[in-house]
Amino acid sequence: MHTRLIHRFLQCLLVALCLMATDLRAADDLRSMVNALGGGSFQQNQKQIEALAKTGDPKIVPALEALAEGDLYLRKADGIVFIVRPAGANFRLIDALTGDDLGEEAKAGLEKVKVNNGLRRTIRGALGGLTLMSPDVNVRLQAAGTILRTPTADALDGLEIALAAETDGAVKAVLEKARAAAILVSDRPVEEKKAAVATVVQTGGRDSLSLLSGALASADESLRPDIEAGIRQIEDQLSLWAGAQNIWYGLSLGSVLLLAAIGLAITFGVMGIINMAHGEMVMLGAYTTFVVQAYIRAAWPGLFEWSLAIALPLAFLVTGAVGLVMERGIIRFLYGRPLETLLATWGVSLILQQAVRSIFGPTNQEVANPSWMSGAFELGGLTVTWNRMWIIVFSLAVFAFLLFLLKKTPMGLQMRAVTQNRRMASSMGIRTPWVDALTFALGSGIAGIAGVALSQIDNVSPNLGQGYIIDSFMVVVFGGVGNLWGTLVGAFTLGILNKVLEPYAGAVLGKILVLVLIILFIQKRPRGLFALKGRAVEA
Amino acid sequence: MSIKARATGALLAAILSTTAFHGAFAADDTIKVGILHSLSGTMAISETTLKDAMLMLIEEQNKKGGLLGKQLEAVVVDPASDWPLFAEKARELVSVNKVSAVFGCWTSVSRKSVLPVFEELNSILFYPVQYEGEESQRNVFYTGAAPNQQAIPAVDYLMENESVERWVLAGTDYVYPRTTNKILEAYLISKGVKPEDIMINYTPFGHSDWQTIVSDIKKFGSAGKKTAVVSTINGDANVPFYKELGNQGVKAEDIPVVAFSVGEEELAGLDTGPLVGHLAAWNYFQSVDNPANAEFIKTWKAFTKNDKRVTNDPMEAHYIGFNMWLKAVEKAGTTDTDAVLDAMIGVSVPNLSGGYSTMMPNHHITKPVLIGEIQADGQFETVWETPGLVVGDEWSDFLADSKDLIADWRAPMSCGNFNVATGKCGGKGS
Repeated sequence: MHTRLIHRFLQCLLVALCLMATDLRAADDLRSMVNALGGGSFQQNQKQIEALAKTGDPKIVPALEALAEGDLYLRKADGIVFIVRPAGANFRLIDALTGDDLGEEAKAGLEKVKVNNGLRRTIRGALGGLTLMSPDVNVRLQAAGTILRTPTADALDGLEIALAAETDGAVKAVLEKARAAAILVSDRPVEEKKAAVATVVQTGGRDSLSLLSGALASADESLRPDIEAGIRQIEDQLSLWAGAQNIWYGLSLGSVLLLAAIGLAITFGVMGIINMAHGEMVMLGAYTTFVVQAYIRAAWPGLFEWSLAIALPLAFLVTGAVGLVMERGIIRFLYGRPLETLLATWGVSLILQQAVRSIFGPTNQEVANPSWMSGAFELGGLTVTWNRMWIIVFSLAVFAFLLFLLKKTPMGLQMRAVTQNRRMASSMGIRTPWVDALTFALGSGIAGIAGVALSQIDNVSPNLGQGYIIDSFMVVVFGGVGNLWGTLVGAFTLGILNKVLEPYAGAVLGKILVLVLIILFIQKRPRGLFALKGRAVEA
Repeated sequence: MSIKARATGALLAAILSTTAFHGAFAADDTIKVGILHSLSGTMAISETTLKDAMLMLIEEQNKKGGLLGKQLEAVVVDPASDWPLFAEKARELVSVNKVSAVFGCWTSVSRKSVLPVFEELNSILFYPVQYEGEESQRNVFYTGAAPNQQAIPAVDYLMENESVERWVLAGTDYVYPRTTNKILEAYLISKGVKPEDIMINYTPFGHSDWQTIVSDIKKFGSAGKKTAVVSTINGDANVPFYKELGNQGVKAEDIPVVAFSVGEEELAGLDTGPLVGHLAAWNYFQSVDNPANAEFIKTWKAFTKNDKRVTNDPMEAHYIGFNMWLKAVEKAGTTDTDAVLDAMIGVSVPNLSGGYSTMMPNHHITKPVLIGEIQADGQFETVWETPGLVVGDEWSDFLADSKDLIADWRAPMSCGNFNVATGKCGGKGS
């Protein structure tokens, strides 16, 4: 009895030891496989990653993710591969399999495991397969999405297992699509493929189109008509959306034009000053954003998401002040002499450009997008990028603000009074020189605000303004000098016209055509879309 | 009105810059070196760096004892990104300042505008930027890449390593992209790519609204074949282009973009996070790991007193060109143009990518070709390089009217466009 118990105990112990040994051996294998990634060529590593993926062991996920991000390093001394995190001048080493912290090490002793596009693709596929059974819904969803984008026949078995076990509806739907996509590239029977084609067509969109066109080349004869019909169906859908997409792009370009021109609508439109330095005000606004971001990054990194909101009032103040100095120092001596004003403001624009070049250097400065302005979302068949979308909203907000200021405030009233009849306004007790100065400062400040927005989509370089000055004048003249609504309609008309022409005529010819159309239009209506009427015109 | 204003502005700038840099008259016991790079205007963004690089090289050489026992003296002029002004400034350098050689120009149009001046006054120009080829001039040494030293190896890489079958050739609308794309199109078709698998697109300088073009690229890429973009987009337009690619979610793993005009300097103004994996083809990357390059980077950072400054390919081209000129002058024992022109051919100096570059009889140099992927820190990581050095081919073999032409500036041929079919000197470009 006693001996039997001991015997059983020993037996158990033996089994347990055996199990542990196999487990250890598997871990050893994994470790040597991961270590082999260091120093391998791209081709060797490709095979190595595929082999790692075949083990199906989720322990290798962090190592593969680190490799894709370029955070996997080889310790030259002993050939062990680690995940690293930057820690000052050193690297913090993290065990590639267990995630244990192994202390810091000097950068010089470590060598990066190189990665290229091909490897990243392989890793993406491998991770998709490995994380399909993850307990986290979002990770599963992402994994299914990855396989959907790059389906392989190998992934099919894993997909079907995952599909059977899946309980979440959203993940299940993506898995179904991914399975259909994988079937298309596999050697499954024709009936199954037919069903798969139907599912893929139902999914629609560019990726499906790409998948079907790829499958068409190697498809069975009996399958061809199905695929061809599917391609046609998706193409029809897409061409409808393409029209909408062009209009959206047009609105987006229009909002950029509106932002660039709206300050000029005040200085040139309302005051009649040919302000060639307008573009440089936009540029100064963009540089203000750069300075604000640099300062925030250094002092309060947590505020970074708010950097644009902080830059807005500052840009307004900076460019408004420059405008005020310009008006008081130069332009007020030149009222009624348009040619001299043109030359003087052009000179100022050159001075400002070269000043910025001397202070910040001639190269582009990096202005980062806050996360809420990065990326895109899908709206039906439309790809809407967040930064463009916010710029449209912002441009309309600036427009509304300006309209309110001009029409509903005492300051706006004075501005309109002075520009419509200076002598009358003066005799009513308005200090016309100061109204002039403030109006010019307002126009410049608005240009500065535009610069904050444009820094999100364009280069921040000393030449930033030059690219917008011609377009700005075009918009203001086309819309009708002296009319804010004209500027709004003009900007969006030109934007949409440009973007509708571009797919057919190309970017270069499209731009030329728009210019020709404007010239013809100005011949017909020299005062633009919304001409001012009445005595103000003659004044 | 704005054209008038622009002309006036250019005039003003011209007057300003001529007055600013006079006064550089020194004693005759120095050898003068001209630097012809724009310090203002649109090209200042790229060219100012090259001016600084030249000043650094000259300073370093003077520390080593100068040349032929004399100190070197830099004469800097500012052509202000204005092409006719380049010719004027070149004339000033050669005939007023009596420089022995000029290092400068950036775009092909600026080079074409100074060519007659160098020919007439018989002086020497070193041109450091990649260009479209189709030229070989007696007074010019081309230290940048010819198309076969940049564009063609890049396409080969994509074909072999990424199995790309569909091609978007996107460029800015001027001579370099147009000629390069013509050569690439002919090359791709000779490799069996169907014409409907090639899409060519041109945009104006400084184009900033890329929405339509990026969505066209996505559309073109959804035909079930692996697609890549070959970009000859120049200068400022690159930043919004890459931003739009990132925002619309075009990943390098799906549609890689290989660029010929995007280097470390251009990436410095950009958040490179979303761009990781896009490619560039050059003959030098700052990340190249060897002692000569490490030393060069260290000197550069010390010279500019800025730890964040980057080095780039055209800087390396000036490094090579300057050292070649030093060696040729030493070999000739004089700075006399004709003697130096003869001595230049065959001169071999170390480059920064770990080998030697040699001046060939066609006035182009031998270089390795590197393909790099953009990293999150704004540097490139070399993923491929040519096994040996590539000789610059001035007359492309893939264009009908230049495939029979060769250039050889050694006596007795001394010809920049010798036609091997007719056996005569002269033809295209004469």
